[in-house]
Amino acid sequence: MSAKVLEVEGLVKRFRGVNAVRGIDLSVHAGEAVALIGPNGAGKTTCFNMIGGQLKPDAGRVRLEGQDVTAMTPRLLWRRGVGRTFQITTAFASMTVRENVQLALNAKAGRLNRVFGRMTVAFGKEADAILARVGMSADAERPCAILAYGDLKRIELAIALAGAPKLLLMDEPTAGMAPGERVQLMALAASLAKRDGIAVLFTEHDMDVVFAHADRIIVLDRGSILAEGPPDKIKADSAVRAVYLGAGLASGVG
Amino acid sequence: MTVLSPDILLIQALNGLASASSLFLVASGLSIIFGVTRVVNFAHGSFYMLGAYLGWSLTHRVMTLGAPGFWGSVLAAALIVGAVGVLVEMLILRRLRRAPELYPLLATFGVVLIVQDVALAIWGPEDLLGPRAPGLTGFVSILASRFPVYELFLIAVGPLLLGGLWLLFRRTRFGLLVRAATQDREMVAALGVDERRLFSSVFFLGSALAGLGGALQLPREAVNLNMDVSVVVEAFVVVVVGGLGSLVGAYVSAVLIGVIQAFGILFLPKITLVLVFLVMGIVLAVRPYGLFGRFGEGEGLRSSVQETVLRPLSATSRAVFTLAVLLIAAMPFFAGDYAMGLIAELLILAVFAASLHFLMGLGGMASFGHAAFFGIGAYGAALAFKGLQWPMAASLVAAPFAAAFAGLVAGWLCVRLSGVYLAMLSLAVAQIAWAASFQWVALTGGDNGLLGVWPPTVFASRSGFLLLTLALTVAALAALRIAAFSPFGYALRAARDAPRRAEASGIDVRAMQWAGFVIAAAFAGIAGGLYAFAKGSVFPTYLAIGKSVDGLIMVLLGGIGSLTGPIIGAFAFGGLEAELMASVAFWRAILGLVILALVLVAPSGIMGLIGTRIVKAAKPAAPA
Repeated sequence: MSAKVLEVEGLVKRFRGVNAVRGIDLSVHAGEAVALIGPNGAGKTTCFNMIGGQLKPDAGRVRLEGQDVTAMTPRLLWRRGVGRTFQITTAFASMTVRENVQLALNAKAGRLNRVFGRMTVAFGKEADAILARVGMSADAERPCAILAYGDLKRIELAIALAGAPKLLLMDEPTAGMAPGERVQLMALAASLAKRDGIAVLFTEHDMDVVFAHADRIIVLDRGSILAEGPPDKIKADSAVRAVYLGAGLASGVG
Repeated sequence: MTVLSPDILLIQALNGLASASSLFLVASGLSIIFGVTRVVNFAHGSFYMLGAYLGWSLTHRVMTLGAPGFWGSVLAAALIVGAVGVLVEMLILRRLRRAPELYPLLATFGVVLIVQDVALAIWGPEDLLGPRAPGLTGFVSILASRFPVYELFLIAVGPLLLGGLWLLFRRTRFGLLVRAATQDREMVAALGVDERRLFSSVFFLGSALAGLGGALQLPREAVNLNMDVSVVVEAFVVVVVGGLGSLVGAYVSAVLIGVIQAFGILFLPKITLVLVFLVMGIVLAVRPYGLFGRFGEGEGLRSSVQETVLRPLSATSRAVFTLAVLLIAAMPFFAGDYAMGLIAELLILAVFAASLHFLMGLGGMASFGHAAFFGIGAYGAALAFKGLQWPMAASLVAAPFAAAFAGLVAGWLCVRLSGVYLAMLSLAVAQIAWAASFQWVALTGGDNGLLGVWPPTVFASRSGFLLLTLALTVAALAALRIAAFSPFGYALRAARDAPRRAEASGIDVRAMQWAGFVIAAAFAGIAGGLYAFAKGSVFPTYLAIGKSVDGLIMVLLGGIGSLTGPIIGAFAFGGLEAELMASVAFWRAILGLVILALVLVAPSGIMGLIGTRIVKAAKPAAPA
């Protein structure tokens, strides 16, 4: 089995005495796509935000390639190779598609403190290569502000890829997209991750997307892990069916 | 120490409480209007002033009627001002509902200018002494001192108003809607509430409170034409210190500020002007959302640029710029001293406006106090030149360094906030700098300023100075443009566009904003240094709020979505102001009307207007 990229141990978060996340262990390997699912309030987003540096855990450890990165800020995590997409997608609206990716590449190269020289002269080719990978080459010159939501999601993925991540955190990557687009986007993310050996952890509501593209599924319920395993096993798990999937599974597997 | 006798302390405390009530009357209205409509209403002080003037006129008409006449007049003044507020909302602000929040602000600046001239035309430039309140003219003995009964009455007004507003907001449907809209405007609109009626009634209430505050001030102080800006600035301080959207917070902070002012006069007379802003700075540094504020209130104040992609200059624009520069460079051959002096001044203003644009356009940090750095640059140059006897060149170099150093400190404080809070903290910092320039007489000469800062040798002539200014202006504007297109400039814009995305992409948002703040301050300092030599003198007014507002108007008028905007805005506004001031008595009103017209016709500024015209001309047959 390939190397463990992300390792989470005993993660705990309380909000005013309510245990939102109560002791979660999980790991993601290079090239593996792991889905974090569960009913609303199960603690997915809390768990996700602790891993991504938006929230500070009350207890537990987060390790990236064996190094302790618990409670690091998103920017420090980025420096160590954590890419991130958000549930409510944003790109840099006042820039073109290519400039968005170029800026991320400039950040990676540590060039952001330069006050002279055009930003756009650096990494044009590299940016185009990444845009080609997410299928946005044709839109390189368009301003991000006028993009459709599905395209914006691709740009966000491209920005994350520009950081050459080892771990990609995707919070509800397909929220707000049309059904056809959803599977397409996740197929794209999963194939890129496989090819480059990127570990992917994502939360998702759409069971079609989850069962089609997750190598492994972790089901959360009331802050704890209810079940974990490959899609087939999760589909068959009666506890999961009882607590959560029910209707979702029926329509999802169809 | 006789000063510290207990009765004097008590009297000052009571004076402070009376002032607090007046402040609260104005601040509560401002807070309610901002909460519901998200309009930063700079004209609120004008409503207050209007209330005072109307109260003065009405009470004089009905002097013979005694108490009913007086109180009737006060009430009538409040109601009339409320109606004026509704008029402003319906005629102007309603049309800007969909515009970015800074444009309604710009419109309210226009209203301020118009009301100033209307008041001047009707009531004249002299201070007017108001009547005393019938029935409340006496004094009561407090310990060994006499204390006016009217002040006691005012002390009671504050808590009474707070209680009344509390009942209004908790017990009525209108109050429920106001509270709901304050928390989530879109949701209230989605629920089918008539936004127009709600906004108009909120404007009526808020403006009437301001008018009431002004009218109730009649027995305390003379009515004058400078009441508007001073009171609106204090009211903003009260609202921000208390926490946007919190009336209790507004009252607590009004008491805090009223009492601090009263005791400041007693103990620290030398820094009274600074004191209030110092308190505000400390409160915001410790509690970024004010005493009773919540995270998220007042985050807005976006400047619309979000969606504009910056493009390098087109060939046409390049040619126009080159032509303009050549034309100005040739002025010594055909133009007189007045014209050359004016153009030099406009060039300096263009650098000032461009530096503010760098901060608010690219950095997304709207500052209400950018003149501080302009003024500090001016003082820096003047002190180096006159005090240290440095040569002019070295003094001009000192200016941006002085301003950048101030920007380093101010920026460190300001970038931890955003939206209205950032704007107000920048104002606080600027007011502190202004007060220092005013009260630190030994260094700055106080009100008399620093004189004799005349450029030597070849630059002593208008033409020599114009050419120097032109060269430095072109260099400064080019440098700002280069910075805008540099990796840093993009990172600064990324931090504005999507801060969370930026952090997750390795951009240190605060560091970028801080650096942006310092750069903007330095360029404002360059402009200030040049201005000192252009005028031959430096005064505290260079740092005053009026100068900061001028900067905002220039940037917004020119159009915030383009780097050329502030330059156009500076020439348009500065030129118009200079011309009108020289030739028309009521130049403020005309300027105000021009601002209103432009805001209503071209909410994206002059550059936006030119842009759309060009696009329309290029694609005449484009389907809608």
